[in-house]
Amino acid sequence: MRRRKVGGNKLKTQSLKALRRRNTSKAALRRRSLATGKKTNVARLIREREEALEQQTATSEILQIISSSPTDLGPVFDTILASATRLCEGNLAALWRYDGEVLVGAAHHNATPEFAEKYMTMVLQPGRAGPVRLAALERRIVHVADITAEPGFSPMVLQYERARTVLAVPLLRNENLVGVMCMWRREVRPFTDQQIALVQNFAAQAVIAIENARLLSELRQRTDDLTKSLDDLRTAQDRLVQTEKLASLGQLTAGIAHEIKNPLNFVNNFSAVSVELIDELREALGGAHLDSKLRTEISEIADTLQSNLDKVVQHGKRADAIVKNMLLHSRQGSGEHRLVDINALVDESLNLAYHGARAERQGFNITLERSLDPTAGEADVFPQEITRVLLNLISNGFYAATKRKAEANGGDYEPTLAAATKNLGDSVEIRIRDNGTGIPPEVKAKMFNPFFTTKPVGEGTGLGLSISHDIIVKQHGGSIEVNTQPGEFTEFRIVLPRGAATIAKSEERP
Amino acid sequence: MNLLVLVVDDEPDVEVLFRQQFRRDLRADRFTMEFAQSAPMALQRIADAGDRSLILILSDINMPGMSGLELLPKVKAARPDVPIIMITAYGDAETKRQALENGAEALLTKPIDFKTLRSEIDMRVERAA
Repeated sequence: MRRRKVGGNKLKTQSLKALRRRNTSKAALRRRSLATGKKTNVARLIREREEALEQQTATSEILQIISSSPTDLGPVFDTILASATRLCEGNLAALWRYDGEVLVGAAHHNATPEFAEKYMTMVLQPGRAGPVRLAALERRIVHVADITAEPGFSPMVLQYERARTVLAVPLLRNENLVGVMCMWRREVRPFTDQQIALVQNFAAQAVIAIENARLLSELRQRTDDLTKSLDDLRTAQDRLVQTEKLASLGQLTAGIAHEIKNPLNFVNNFSAVSVELIDELREALGGAHLDSKLRTEISEIADTLQSNLDKVVQHGKRADAIVKNMLLHSRQGSGEHRLVDINALVDESLNLAYHGARAERQGFNITLERSLDPTAGEADVFPQEITRVLLNLISNGFYAATKRKAEANGGDYEPTLAAATKNLGDSVEIRIRDNGTGIPPEVKAKMFNPFFTTKPVGEGTGLGLSISHDIIVKQHGGSIEVNTQPGEFTEFRIVLPRGAATIAKSEERP
Repeated sequence: MNLLVLVVDDEPDVEVLFRQQFRRDLRADRFTMEFAQSAPMALQRIADAGDRSLILILSDINMPGMSGLELLPKVKAARPDVPIIMITAYGDAETKRQALENGAEALLTKPIDFKTLRSEIDMRVERAA
């Protein structure tokens, strides 16, 4: 590897020889040198001041651009390259950023379109095949007076730009390479020490800009991360509060249910036996000697009593159903858990709910869609309880779709309910989606609360979703979420851990 | 022969209800029913029953003081020949297991299904006759 190093020493020697040739006498030399010394001194001082001012102006311009575009490095690099080219009398300049493996072109100044297109789009590996790569490899300044004297050295720069003298400066942050800045001249004229120092100065500013941008984006990333984790925490807290609230409400509900159940049993039992007693009363009356008016009167009273008792029985059964539902809140851990095929469970629930709804309502119809993941597999759950949740969600879906159909008054609306499963690895997902009336936000906020219902009196206990929530979250350690668009759809998403029943049981232990 | 069914429940209205439900049997003297409103009272009734033929004991579980599950082994010790059916509002698996392990014949949940209960009693009345 041959490289010609060109510094200021050779030039200084040449000019001294010339001076010696011109000045023979010592005195003359002294006189002249004093006179010209004063003149050149003043001129040099003025030039130096001018240069310093120019450099300062350039530096302050760059700093201004760095501060006005802290993340977009494009304008910063453009200004650095333009100033450096102008102040160091270069013809063109370019800057690469190092990503830890390769150099990627970031900016160029005064380059021909061919050069920009062919050379700057190339990814350069640090190496010995050119001054830019060498500067990156050895992390030092590479100054070449004439690249034509270096066979195989930067042929493209030569081809497109006819560049001859080149100066490549590594961009270093501490000991780390962050890029390379390079300047060319289209003639053989090496850069002076001062110019080299100036390019280094610009390179240092580029490093500051890169570092600034990196710190800023790191800071933004961290702020984003913090904001996100704060949001996550808030969501988790909301969920926890909701779960706790529902849990305590559930316990309260179960307590009340137990207290109500006993007297309610008496109401139901006594009314049932009273119905029998009225029959016996009628039989007894049949054999008695009574005038017809009195017999009719007694018979009418017996009829009224009978129909009243029927009402007591009917409403007693209704209250009993509510109490039974309430008690389910406290019945966790009862029943048996086992490994169950989730797809089969969903499929059974769909069939059950569908035939149940058809038996209950004449003319009921809905399109059922199943997209069951064949790899959904098994989970250890309390199958009766999960079926209960699914039946609940599916029949709610039927209700919403039927309601929308009634509201649409025919039209081309087709009520549809879709059930889907998905294998999530350690857990399994079940989605129940209907294209019904959707859930308005004020209802969504309260829908998991016990006794909250939007159905007409007697049609819903307001316990379905509350119990479903308890079964999924408390009993199985899973999650239940709702996604809805009023007037469009409602989708419930349940996620059950594979070892749901076991997990929930081990968590119950103190 | 005087057949006796003992019903143990802290609710006094249980007696009224049972007497109405089984009014025909009681009228026909197929058997008699006695009622105890606590476990100790039940043990006393059993001791007092003497030579009357005690064919069945029905006991509530949730009672103040001694519970039905605590009463169970004491009755079994005194009268190992008498079947006991437990009645509870809590039909959970654990209660059922405890009741059966302690020698109960069966466990019925409230509200009582009187058809089932009647057939249990009928079976024992016929066996004793």
